[in-house]
Amino acid sequence: MKKFSSLLHNLILTPSRNTKIKLLQDYFKILDINRAYALAILSNQLSFQFIKASKLRELVYKQVDQHLFDYSYDYVGDLAETISLIWPTKKEGKSQNLSTLIENIKKIKKSEINTEFSKILSELSNNERWTLIKICTGGLRIGVSERLVKTALADLYNKSVNEIEEIWHGLEFPYQNLFQWLKNETSKPKIDFKKLFHPMMLANPIDEEKDFKRLDANEFQAEYKWDGIRVQLMVSSKSVSLYSRTGDNISSAFPEIIKTTKGDAVIDGELLVGRNFKPSGFNDLQQRLNRKKASKDLQNKFPVFIRAYDILFYKGKDLRKFSLLERRKYLEKFQKENKTNQIDLSSIINFSTWKELTKYKNNFHDDLNEGVMIKLKNSEYLPGRKKGYWYKWKKNPKLVDAILMYAQRGHGKRSSYYSDFTFGVWKESELVPIGKAYSGYTDKELLVLDKFIRNNTINKFGPVREVKKEIILEVAFDDVFPSTRHKSGVAMRFPRIHRIRWDKPINEVLTISEFKKEFKLS
Amino acid sequence: MDFINHQLFIKDINVHIDPILPKKTAIITHGHADHARFGHDHVIATRQTIDIMKIRYGDKCAKKFTSLKYGQKYSIKNYDFTLHPAGHILGSAQVLIEKNNHRLVITGDYKVGKDETCKNFKLVKCDTLITEATFGLPIFQHPDPKDEIQKLIRSVKINKHNCHIVGAYALGKAQRVMNLLRQQKYNETIYIHGSLEKLCQYYLKEKINIGKFEKVSSKDKNFYEGKIIIAPPSALKDRWSRRFPNPIICMASGWMTVKQRAKQQGIELPLVISDHSDWNELLDTIKKSKAKNILITHGQEDALVYYCKKQNLVSKPLSIQGRSDEEIE
Repeated sequence: MKKFSSLLHNLILTPSRNTKIKLLQDYFKILDINRAYALAILSNQLSFQFIKASKLRELVYKQVDQHLFDYSYDYVGDLAETISLIWPTKKEGKSQNLSTLIENIKKIKKSEINTEFSKILSELSNNERWTLIKICTGGLRIGVSERLVKTALADLYNKSVNEIEEIWHGLEFPYQNLFQWLKNETSKPKIDFKKLFHPMMLANPIDEEKDFKRLDANEFQAEYKWDGIRVQLMVSSKSVSLYSRTGDNISSAFPEIIKTTKGDAVIDGELLVGRNFKPSGFNDLQQRLNRKKASKDLQNKFPVFIRAYDILFYKGKDLRKFSLLERRKYLEKFQKENKTNQIDLSSIINFSTWKELTKYKNNFHDDLNEGVMIKLKNSEYLPGRKKGYWYKWKKNPKLVDAILMYAQRGHGKRSSYYSDFTFGVWKESELVPIGKAYSGYTDKELLVLDKFIRNNTINKFGPVREVKKEIILEVAFDDVFPSTRHKSGVAMRFPRIHRIRWDKPINEVLTISEFKKEFKLS
Repeated sequence: MDFINHQLFIKDINVHIDPILPKKTAIITHGHADHARFGHDHVIATRQTIDIMKIRYGDKCAKKFTSLKYGQKYSIKNYDFTLHPAGHILGSAQVLIEKNNHRLVITGDYKVGKDETCKNFKLVKCDTLITEATFGLPIFQHPDPKDEIQKLIRSVKINKHNCHIVGAYALGKAQRVMNLLRQQKYNETIYIHGSLEKLCQYYLKEKINIGKFEKVSSKDKNFYEGKIIIAPPSALKDRWSRRFPNPIICMASGWMTVKQRAKQQGIELPLVISDHSDWNELLDTIKKSKAKNILITHGQEDALVYYCKKQNLVSKPLSIQGRSDEEIE
């Protein structure tokens, strides 16, 4: 545990990719059961059902005064770190290795979790405590991607990272077959590729200035970018399953898809809510997300369908090395053979110059898509976000000027800075908040805002500061919906700070009714 | 108490403690720039603090200087002032003000732990305590500085082809790091940023063991492989630091307790070495001072005020203008 926690400690503090790889390689020189756990942790495949953030809070409140903890948490901005620092130091117990520790925790009975887990925390050093809590709550956020770990392993054991990537989703803890292959003791693990989730091909944002100059429009095709969730649909005569972008099986939440789909293929597409293949917006889709099951009622109210973009396998044939144009032919064939009310095809936009594409990007169907995708016609299907093949070109965001009302300290990278901003518009002579944003500004703007907030606080509500109403923020957002949960009656999708409007006086900001009118909410 | 306001100003006799703007009479607790400023008529401080002010701002940075030994009384009307060791940096002092049997202590910045580079903190009993709270949260529990400095020494041994640049405040922290290295038998020459030179020489003159040091010069790049360089934190991000071979950026500061804070600042090797009291030391000082009235300045006041109130002590924050949290040490 000491070794693993100092690995994480060093990883989080190292900005250099090469040093990170070196640190990982030093650690993975040995491949044992501890490294198997480490690999599972680094790739987010280990989770503890019963030790959640709320449980940890409950435990820490038994150790220290709740208010003192809350003040500290507000300051640190990271639960694991706050708990690890504030937990009363006892004499460190005998150092345990990672696997023993995790196995011991897994053995704890639910009824004894409070005392047993607290005891474990007390016997660890600060840094080990931090590590353990990070492991329990998942999401390490140490600046190390799954890809980087695979790269480190590949380089260390003279394999190619694509080989590891390919078999990755077919591997399971404790990775015995992987480790043996890395050490050249056996051949590459055999995986049934048809049954496996395949990492998706992703797009890079286009750089309008640079990319359009150097890219030839004739070599690309465009499709609309739909605002749903990206899915992979695996169909065979025996079973149908649906995976999210991260490889989670989400079949049980969308029974209508599972029941109706026929054929033998692996399809890449967008899951959307709507009737007759008419998407009805992300707000509706949200009603179907994060649920394990969907009731009949919900299925009727918010029916889902898949808009297919691509096909990876067709009747057992691996198409991933085929060009996009060829794959498209297979996709059309699949759709013709297996017509249902749950799958349609993403249509192809005809264009001959980039300029021509602009109008499609901005004007199509109003709010129902997010822009366009630009794909190289002869691109293979490659996992991850490879440069030069697929691009996304988002619509210009909607913009509104609003007044900064409240601020809160940020988390993670921005902890200690006042970086979460609540902003509002007028409602008669008062302000009503319409949203909250914690991104979009430059580092310099953040410093200015942070300083303004510290010097112009007029009220404190716990960690929230109310500030003088002087700063106008131009807020960019993707969409806005009516909402019954907010006082203003609106909910924004992905609001971010576009810039600070030093030039505008606060009385020129819209009223809430003007705002609703402008964005067609009333 | 009533005779002193939230700006640490005694109106009755026109005396300020650590004022930001030029004033008639200023009692200065120590030489850090957020406490000792240029341009007062009359500065009252320890001899070392006055020396440091003169090094930093020139001999004429005040019209008149009165140097006080620790414990030596200085009276203005019916106010008696004495200075007592604060253990923060060389020359640092707490100010005890006595008036009509009421004892008020302004701690200034202080630390309770041992430090060979200055006279160690002395607890002064009082009725009213104005304490700093730079690290006034229970997450701050400073480790033994020897263990921290060992981390640096170990890293130097392992990473032979890198140089280690340690960010440390030019006054106090830099010399303390040097002294700690010497205590741990690190006997190599320590290289310093030019801005540290005069202060290091002064520490040497005051017989503080900081060992052999040399100003960084434009030597062959590889010369600094395996060396320790000490520089003010502002130089770490500057182009200045890029002249060195594969530098490992270190920082000696109490803020380094929080990993996220270290990460934000691009620190690869955080060393939790502080010249301020940690949470337990703050509580301990409050308790042992026997003061019934606690005023809290500088930093994370909220948690400490809350704690004092829970102990049935009268407590409130004093917000001193011109000083925001987290910029100071």
